[in-house]
Amino acid sequence: MSGLGNITRKEIRELLTPATFVPIILVALIFATMGNSIQGIQEQSQAPPTIGVINEDNSTLGAIASTILHERAKVVYNSTSRSDKQVGLETLKEKNGVALIIIPQNFTERIRHEQPGNIEVYWIMKGAGLMDTLSSSIFESLIAYINTNISKELIQENTSIHNASFVLSPTKRLETTYFKNREFQGLSPNTISGMLSSQSLLIPIVMMMIIIMAGSIVITSMALEKENKTLETLLTLPVKRTSIVTGKIVAAAVIGLLLAIIYMIGMQFYFSGFQFSAGLNLASYGLVITSMDFIWIGVSLFITLIAGLSLCMLMGTFAKNYKSAQTLTFPITMLAMIPMFITMFADFDTLPLALKIFTFAIPFSHPMMAPRALLFHDYTLVIGGIVYVAIFAIVTISIVVWVFKTDRLLVGTTKFKWLKGLTRRRRF
Amino acid sequence: MAAVEVKNLVKKYGSMDAVKGISFSINEGEIFGLIGPNGAGKTTTLRVLSTLLSINSGTVTILGHDLSKQSGEIRKLISYLPEDAGAYKNLTGRAYLQFIANFFDQKEVPTIVKKGIEIADLGARIDDRVDTYSKGMMRRLLVGRALMTNPKLAILDEPTSGLDVINAQEIRKLVKSTAQKGTTVLLSSHNMLEVEYLCDRIALISDGKIVEEGKPKALMEKYKARNIEEVFIRTVHE
Repeated sequence: MSGLGNITRKEIRELLTPATFVPIILVALIFATMGNSIQGIQEQSQAPPTIGVINEDNSTLGAIASTILHERAKVVYNSTSRSDKQVGLETLKEKNGVALIIIPQNFTERIRHEQPGNIEVYWIMKGAGLMDTLSSSIFESLIAYINTNISKELIQENTSIHNASFVLSPTKRLETTYFKNREFQGLSPNTISGMLSSQSLLIPIVMMMIIIMAGSIVITSMALEKENKTLETLLTLPVKRTSIVTGKIVAAAVIGLLLAIIYMIGMQFYFSGFQFSAGLNLASYGLVITSMDFIWIGVSLFITLIAGLSLCMLMGTFAKNYKSAQTLTFPITMLAMIPMFITMFADFDTLPLALKIFTFAIPFSHPMMAPRALLFHDYTLVIGGIVYVAIFAIVTISIVVWVFKTDRLLVGTTKFKWLKGLTRRRRF
Repeated sequence: MAAVEVKNLVKKYGSMDAVKGISFSINEGEIFGLIGPNGAGKTTTLRVLSTLLSINSGTVTILGHDLSKQSGEIRKLISYLPEDAGAYKNLTGRAYLQFIANFFDQKEVPTIVKKGIEIADLGARIDDRVDTYSKGMMRRLLVGRALMTNPKLAILDEPTSGLDVINAQEIRKLVKSTAQKGTTVLLSSHNMLEVEYLCDRIALISDGKIVEEGKPKALMEKYKARNIEEVFIRTVHE
């Protein structure tokens, strides 16, 4: 065998270990599950939007708008009087509709008099994620299509309207969005979603960064204890196992928080730019995070950090050396990234049940979801999350302390066969 | 009272028996050597006695404390030097000794560190980072670490392994003087000369079992051997 072949074979044999592949396979499975769920949401969102139509205008242009809506959307409620608006909204809520459209009786008349024809849109917003607003985006393009067709009609009719700008844009949308029992006048779901995202994107990113940085500190610390042959000495010193575990977690948490503070300062400046350009203030819609809410977010962040670091510590006990520690950091990074993407793409409330359970089960999800939930005073999700993560942290720390008290930490023997590959035995 | 009392100790790794029911005792202030070929179960026995590994069956009593129930108490009295031990690379030798000393009585910390520095005898290099040390310097630092706390029982796994003659000789002297001051020493070694020089009593271990035990001189007489090496070969291979 040639030198190159010999070295390549040796390297492949070294790299081809369960420790390399198991985390990647797990992450691939997680992504596959997520992909299926998101595909489900996407398919659902890309179907013709479910709407209700109240057309008070029987004239030509009103009829054009109504026809387009009936042809290109799934109309589940129909009426000719705005007095039925409330019934229409209730029906749409029941039938998972996107919006109720009212074409007022003076729609055609106003356009003929060179005044914008109002199309009243009452949005029913279910979630603030990108996926949640897909239906409303599709419906927005439908309204743009109505506008285009009315323009065509005006041109074909060869009317006396000479204002070209008006002919190209003869309609005007008057929007009201209903979201989480609140009414947002003049705002579309897309605007609200963008506003909420810019307000609550900071925490997920910071959380992800803390976990990635502090987590890798913990895992690497355990790996280095083994690689530098200092672990055995440490374990024979007169110090409790719980002190060793807690000491490592606290140190990493302190460093993680320091890194987070530096990171948050930079990100705050970055996001303040976005908020300014949006030109909208959530407080004017009653969406304010109070001092008490900040305390809840802080508690959620802290408990999650402890839980995350405990999980990293547990992973670290399986690390044989610095190299394997790097591999073990990967699933933790993924676990931090997954909820960030989920909360970005969809609202927790609108997720399918399986994905909802999956998201809730990941401790890192909770501080990411907390700011938005607190904006809408959803304390059940926040407090429930804190309780769950606290239990998760206690259980994980107990497992780590148990591992520290057994032979497993040093010799890697375990009753779980699937873990054996991750914990190669040392020489005795 | 015996410093160490081991009765029918069995230690398994999964289905593999590493130690198969060994028994021995070590008197206080004695240097006891555990000698055997690679894979005989020496390190496993030392790790068990150092509270690192649990036992499958048998009893171990160290300085009057039951190993299975009072490992925390035992850790206050012992010091373990693993064969391939290391130190924290980002620390200086002094900072490493200080870090270890901080686990003991706070009033004694300066005295403990001073003693550690004396034993390590690294001169000005004690203030250099550990990752700049040679193997000999590292071993001296670790021996200093192991003996600076005046342990009642020092468990030393191959204390002179990989060292040159001069460094090995100095460490042997240190071990001997430590025992003379009242510390009980349990060590393992491949070096038969070292064993003959250091140990008051030895146990020869092979395939997880003790095959012979006694004073080096008595064993040499029993096997009509010129040195412990011959005793070792006859008991293990014949």
